[in-house]
Amino acid sequence: MTFDRLKKDFPIFSYWASKGKPLIYLDSAATTQKPQRVIDALDEYYSHFNANVHRGAYELSQIATDMYEESRAKVAGFINAPKPESLIFTRNATESINLVAYAWGLNNLNKGDEIILTEMEHHSNLVPWHIISRQTGAVLKFIKLNDDFRLDIESLKDILSARTKVISVVHVSNVLGTINPVKEIARLAHEAGAICIVDGAQGVPHMPVDVREIDCDFYAFSGHKMCGPTGIGCLYGRFDILEKMEPFLGGGEMINEVYPTDSNYAKPPHKFEAGTPNIAGAVGLKAAIEYLETIGMPDIQEHESRLGDFAARRLAEIDGIHIYRPAKNGTGVISLSIDGAHPHDISSILDSEGIAIRAGHHCAQPLMRTLHVQATARASFYIYNDESDVEALAAGLEKAAAIFKPRERAHVVK
Amino acid sequence: MSLSDLFTEIILDHYQHPHNHGVVENATQSSRGYNESCGDDIEITLLVKDGVIEDAKFSGAGCSISQASASIMTDLVKGKTIGEAMGLAEQFYSMVKGTRAESPNDAEEEELGDAIALKGVSKFPVRVKCATLSWHTLEEAIKTEGKK
Repeated sequence: MTFDRLKKDFPIFSYWASKGKPLIYLDSAATTQKPQRVIDALDEYYSHFNANVHRGAYELSQIATDMYEESRAKVAGFINAPKPESLIFTRNATESINLVAYAWGLNNLNKGDEIILTEMEHHSNLVPWHIISRQTGAVLKFIKLNDDFRLDIESLKDILSARTKVISVVHVSNVLGTINPVKEIARLAHEAGAICIVDGAQGVPHMPVDVREIDCDFYAFSGHKMCGPTGIGCLYGRFDILEKMEPFLGGGEMINEVYPTDSNYAKPPHKFEAGTPNIAGAVGLKAAIEYLETIGMPDIQEHESRLGDFAARRLAEIDGIHIYRPAKNGTGVISLSIDGAHPHDISSILDSEGIAIRAGHHCAQPLMRTLHVQATARASFYIYNDESDVEALAAGLEKAAAIFKPRERAHVVK
Repeated sequence: MSLSDLFTEIILDHYQHPHNHGVVENATQSSRGYNESCGDDIEITLLVKDGVIEDAKFSGAGCSISQASASIMTDLVKGKTIGEAMGLAEQFYSMVKGTRAESPNDAEEEELGDAIALKGVSKFPVRVKCATLSWHTLEEAIKTEGKK
């Protein structure tokens, strides 16, 4: 697969180039740009097929319903879920994790039960468990990081116990780019009688993912990080667990029969999709997956991994730089700091060169403390990036290092 | 927008060699300010007697703009009355937010001292919060009077 021509599929690049401000977009871990194909799918849905789903007994509503459910089948197939009904549409990965935390956690966790997370979690897989542990009395434990920014699986074995009820881990760290051994973690969880939840927000967009092979109980991800629209996310859940689970939100669409003082619920997945869903978002996500399939997920991973490795080598030449990334990585995420230059200042300097990166704590404040940094600068590559973007980044970082090089005290105030 | 408007020599100097960095030992009041978007985190401690700020210091860590702004702010408010300090804060906000049409006149420039070096921040909207953090924290600290 040649990646050289893919930039042309994303109209945002030609737009900014035509304004004389070419965009070098290195923040795809935050959200990816959208190919014309996805934008067209949204346009076509709203222009020709807009109606509410699972309601109207008229042709247009049936078309919209079919489009929505075809998207579910497409997404389920993309991650090799056993059937479309095990795939729930949400707003984003955060909502997917909250759904499990509330609907499963509140009803299955008791005082003294243990929830195992990792030191590299995004706030989306931390804060929901803080809320649930406060309400249930369940205790949080953490898998530690080793010196190569990977999970220390031995430390997991130390904290696993008969009280472990949940292990919830990030598939790929949004800060370090580390790919975690989720298959092994799921196996250890099941041996201990716990369920395993995987936060795949940085997984599905960047590599082939097979939830049956991982054998996790839940897998969460977002559409907007994989060329899809914002506001559409997914939760894969093992169907037998979904069947037994209480709903998350109540309302229309998720019910079977409703009486003044009681109601019973629809079957999964609809039990978990209260209210009018993001139909256009689902349609757009299907188009995004079809687009990614024309490239191929193994090729996408190979491309990003190669760019990430190239960047790690090239940026290591800069004076005072620190790179937070495993030696052998396999992703296109690279977090860094430069002595004397705060990441926010680095970001402003790069912005003046048309380079968009993320600076800050990346919604991972506990990880920042583990790394002993207040913040990092992060570049994350996707299918539309190439070596010239890495060179531009390197030049911008060299400029930042020069501006913030140590100086003598020059200025004296009254 | 030009980088030299943002990272002026004065800003870089205050950032690398900050004034009044530390904690006022016999502080009468203090406050901690946090900028969630980039993690700037500072604490302001004040010694106020008879309505006059006799000493002001800042501690914590953050980007060049937040740290330089805190260094300059603590220089400026020392020896000022609470009312004068609040007035300076308002002048500073309108300068960095670019909410006033005309440039500061000579008298105002004199009053704002080195803080004038932060004028370029108005061209970088995402950095305004960094520049105003220490001033907002100062206002919070002033409100804690009597509590410490």
